[in-house]
Amino acid sequence: MTQADGFISIRNLSKSFDGTTVYDTFNFDLPSKRFISIFGPNGCGKSTLINMISGLMPMDRGEVLYDGKPIKATKISYVFQNYREALFPWMSALENIHYPLKLSGLSAAERNNRVEALLADFPVPFDLNAYPYTMSGGQQQTVSILRALVTDPDVLFLDEPFSALDYEMTLFMREQLQSMFLKTRTSMLLVSHDLEEAVQLAEHVLLLTRRPTRVAEFVEVDLPWPRTAATVTESRFVELKSHCLNIFQREVAGGLAA
Amino acid sequence: MSSISENETATKARSLTVDPKTARRWLEVLAGPFALIAVWWLIYVTGALDANLLPSPFATLADTFTNIVSGSMLFDAWQTLWRVLKAFFIATILGVPAGIALGANRSVYRCSEFLIDFFRSTPATAMFPLFLLLFGLGDFSKVAVAAFAAWLLIVFNTAYGVMNARPTRLLAARSMGASKLRAFRDVVFFETLPQTLVGLRSAVSLGLVVIVVAEMFIGARDGMGKRIIDAQISYDLTDMYGSILVSGALGYLLNLFFITIETRIVHWSGK
Repeated sequence: MTQADGFISIRNLSKSFDGTTVYDTFNFDLPSKRFISIFGPNGCGKSTLINMISGLMPMDRGEVLYDGKPIKATKISYVFQNYREALFPWMSALENIHYPLKLSGLSAAERNNRVEALLADFPVPFDLNAYPYTMSGGQQQTVSILRALVTDPDVLFLDEPFSALDYEMTLFMREQLQSMFLKTRTSMLLVSHDLEEAVQLAEHVLLLTRRPTRVAEFVEVDLPWPRTAATVTESRFVELKSHCLNIFQREVAGGLAA
Repeated sequence: MSSISENETATKARSLTVDPKTARRWLEVLAGPFALIAVWWLIYVTGALDANLLPSPFATLADTFTNIVSGSMLFDAWQTLWRVLKAFFIATILGVPAGIALGANRSVYRCSEFLIDFFRSTPATAMFPLFLLLFGLGDFSKVAVAAFAAWLLIVFNTAYGVMNARPTRLLAARSMGASKLRAFRDVVFFETLPQTLVGLRSAVSLGLVVIVVAEMFIGARDGMGKRIIDAQISYDLTDMYGSILVSGALGYLLNLFFITIETRIVHWSGK
C-alpha cells in the first residue's frame, strides 16, 4: 500500500505544455480535512496542480488518490476565480445553489432541505432570489462558495477566489471562508497569489518552486483560530509570513539568476 | 419617514398628472415622425418636388387609412406577413440545429465557413431564377428563397453563439458532475441563446425584405410587394406611398416584437 489513509496522495504526476515541463514525477501527500494554501512563483502551475488533482484537467502521467480512493469515487467542488463566468446568469442565485444537487438527482424537497440547512449555517444578508448579475462581486462569490459547499464535498478547491474583489470585500470574504471551514472541516485547497491570505487562512502552506515544479517547503501554520484582521499583525504571523517569503524569494531569485 | 411621505406624494402626483419625464420621452419619440411629415408637407405645398411625384402627406395618410379599413391593404399585409412567417419557421427549424452542430464541432465549422460566408455575401435576390426553376412559379418559391437567406443568418449566428460559450461555465457544470450531454443542455444551450435570438431577429428582417422583393418581381397575386409595384404602374401615388409606409411599419413591428422577446427571455444578455 503506497497510499496513506487521511491523505490526498499525488503520485508520479507529470505534465507539460508545448514541450515545457511543469511537473515531472511530482509526489506529495497532502493531509485531508485541512485547509491548505498553495503558493509559488508565477507560472509554476499552482492552478494547474489543483486542476489536475480535481480532475478538471487531464495529467500526462500519474494519479491522485483521496484516502486511497480514485478521484471518481470522491466528491469534489470547485470555486473559480471568475465568479461572473462560473455562475449561471439565467438562474437565480438560489437556483444556482440548487443546481449541483439537481445534477445528483435529488428531489425538490430533498434539495430544499439541504439548501435550507446550509443557509441556516451560513445566513446571507442578501436576496438569493435575485439574479447573479444584479449582485456585487462579493455576493456572487459567496453564492459560488455556497453552491460548492451544498453538495457536502470531500474536497473544496478554490482557485484565487478573491483576487477579482476589492480589498475590503477580500477581508470580509476571508472571514466568511474561514468560518465555513471551521464549521464544516472540509478539506480545502486554496490557490492564492497573496501570501498574507495564504498564511492567514491555512493550516499548511504548500510552497512551490519554479518550473519544473517541486515542493519548496510544506509550512505548518500554528496560529490559533479564529484568525481575525488583528492576527496578521501578531509576531507569530509575521514570523511565519516572512519565513514563507524568504523561501519564495530564494526560489524566484534562484530561477531568475539561472 | 420623510422619504416615505415624499414617495407617496410623488405617486399621487403621477396618477393625477403626466410625469414630466415620461411626457418628454414621448415627445422625443414622436418628434421624428412629425418632422418627417412636416418636411414632406413643406415640399408638397412649396412645389419643390413635382406634385406628380409626391402626393400630400395628409391625402396619403387618409387614403392609407381607408385602404386599411376596407381590408384590402390589411389582406396584402397579412399575405406578406404569412409568407415571412412560413419562411422564418422553415429557416428556424432547419437553422438552429444546423448551427448548433456546426458550432459544436470546430473542424466541421472550418470546412463550411467559406461556403457560409460565400452564400451570406451572395444577394438572395440573385437566387430568384434558381428558386423559380427549382420550385416553380407558385408561392413556395418565394417562401423558399426567403427561408434560404434567413437560414444562413440563423446558422451563422447560432454556430457563433455555441463557439463563444464561456469555457469556465462549461467547466463549472462539468466540475459539478454534469455529463457532456447534460452540460450541453443546461449550459451551452443558454450560453448560445442570446446570439441565436439575434440571428432570429436579423433573419425575420431579411425574410421580409426578400419576400417583398419576390412579390414585386416573381409573379405574386397579392402581398405588399405586389401592391407597391401595382400602385406604381397604375400611378396610384397615395397607395404606393401608403403601402411603403405600411411595409415599413410591418418590419418595424416585427423587429420590436423580437427585441421585446429577447429582453424577456435572455434577460442576462450583456450583463
